[in-house]
Amino acid sequence: MADAAITVEGARKTFGGKHALDGLDLTVTRGTVHGVLGPNGAGKTTLVRILSTLLRPDAGRVEVAGHDVVREAYAVRLRIGLLGQHAALDEELGGRQNLELFGRLHHLGARRARARADELLERFELSGTGPKAVKQYSGGMRRRLDLAASLITEPEVLFLDEPTTGLDPRGRAEVWDSVRSLVGGGTTVLLTTQYLEEADQLADRICLVDAGRVVADGTADTLKAAIGGDRIDVVLRDAGQLGAAVALLPVAKDAVTVDTDRRLLSAPVIDRMAALTGVVRALEEAGIEAEDIALRRPTLDEVFLRLTGHDDRTTEAA
Amino acid sequence: MSSTAYALTDSWTMTRRELARWGRRPAAVVVNLVFPVMLLLMFGYLVGGGRGVSGDYLDFLVPGMLALTMAFGLEGTMIAVTQDLDKGVIDRFRSMPMANGAVLVGRSAADMLQSALGLTVLLGVAAALGWRPQGGPDGFLGAVGLLLLFRFAMLWIGIHLALIAGKPELVQAVQILVWPVGFLSNAFAAPESMPDWLGTVVEWNPMSQTATAVRDLFGSPGGEPGHVWAAVVWPLALLAVFFPLAVRRFSRLSR
Repeated sequence: MADAAITVEGARKTFGGKHALDGLDLTVTRGTVHGVLGPNGAGKTTLVRILSTLLRPDAGRVEVAGHDVVREAYAVRLRIGLLGQHAALDEELGGRQNLELFGRLHHLGARRARARADELLERFELSGTGPKAVKQYSGGMRRRLDLAASLITEPEVLFLDEPTTGLDPRGRAEVWDSVRSLVGGGTTVLLTTQYLEEADQLADRICLVDAGRVVADGTADTLKAAIGGDRIDVVLRDAGQLGAAVALLPVAKDAVTVDTDRRLLSAPVIDRMAALTGVVRALEEAGIEAEDIALRRPTLDEVFLRLTGHDDRTTEAA
Repeated sequence: MSSTAYALTDSWTMTRRELARWGRRPAAVVVNLVFPVMLLLMFGYLVGGGRGVSGDYLDFLVPGMLALTMAFGLEGTMIAVTQDLDKGVIDRFRSMPMANGAVLVGRSAADMLQSALGLTVLLGVAAALGWRPQGGPDGFLGAVGLLLLFRFAMLWIGIHLALIAGKPELVQAVQILVWPVGFLSNAFAAPESMPDWLGTVVEWNPMSQTATAVRDLFGSPGGEPGHVWAAVVWPLALLAVFFPLAVRRFSRLSR
């Protein structure tokens, strides 16, 4: 595809007999933010490391910015920025020293490296850090400097591997703001995350990855629609009646999730109003008291659990 | 710029990075330089002795301490490389359009500089204590060259071990090993004074080869004429093994 910034076809990577990537396919359109969502060990980091030329795939075709990551690694490196899972900075040095170092290694030359460092410190609100060593930075500041370091040459494609893992809510908000400000400049962003909210907030398209494969791909809305649209949540007064309620409600029994602690049962519905009136009537006839009944869109959590088959909560019903 | 020019500038940038790090923690640099001086004073005056040494003990001890300092440099190399690996800094370098070898070349240049500085300080302190090399300027330069060659071999062993270990925590294990290797040498005592088996181990220790040759070139007790070749061959043999191993290990980070 001509307007693809990233093309992955049948990528495989095995570590000691374990498949980290098991025939992964992915296409990311130029200028978009693509979220790769998955649990720990799904293969997200392996994917980013292959895309950023740090690892060679065992099999498959992987192209970034129109160049093959194995045969044309140097051409790829000229066009990418990488924000790894841990801040890849020299902790002994200051913010400016780090950015100048990376600028020089990008062959900007001394003067341009210095100017670029100033510019980026300004842009990421780090100008006030002065000569302070990076090891004294807060988590959010460190991440912003790390992000600045990955943007030295205004890359065509930027990889963000779990950019907010381990940050407090404030640090997370800082990084989100920075990422949003990048988009629109034409940079293609591939973002991996374990947080559904993060993918929902930042990504134009999301793919769900599990066991080294893409199990679903689409916008947040199409993914939600793909698993049956709306859900109904019912909170009962007495948790002891949850079992009985599941048995008599007019919904698909195998798709009901039950949360005993919150006295909550939740089920996908097709016709919103019919489901609502049906549930109210059934509860009333059985004499089961409800504290709250609500119709809502499913969360990405539910989409994910459903699609990957790791939905433990349905089994708690009994 | 040609790719060779890039390789040189990148290596120089990496070396400068290390110099900037020194500027950040001058205390650590000073401790590093003072530690061998402390050992020299301790063994020269406190522990004393020098079993089996004929002649002045300080003359015997100084070359041994110089060689030992070169051997201990291995730890510094390992710590620096594992820290970079652990922090993901090496990953960032590898994802950038820079010369592949510059990470390792910059590391070696900086470590060699530090070791040269360490040699200078130790020689200066020894001179202040009244030690005088007897071998003339040629012998002096030759001895310094042999010491740096030995350090260069230690450096590539350090890089290789660091790439295998991967994590700074594992360096401790190697640090514990460096000590017996350093002390199972002729740095402090003549092998003739030791039990036969131990003396043999000590004489075969590459560090002892360098120390003996340096003693010869300095005209110190414990030197053996014609030993210089061993102090050239041993480090070169170690380099022939560990340099390709380290480079291969580095390029295989992408596996």
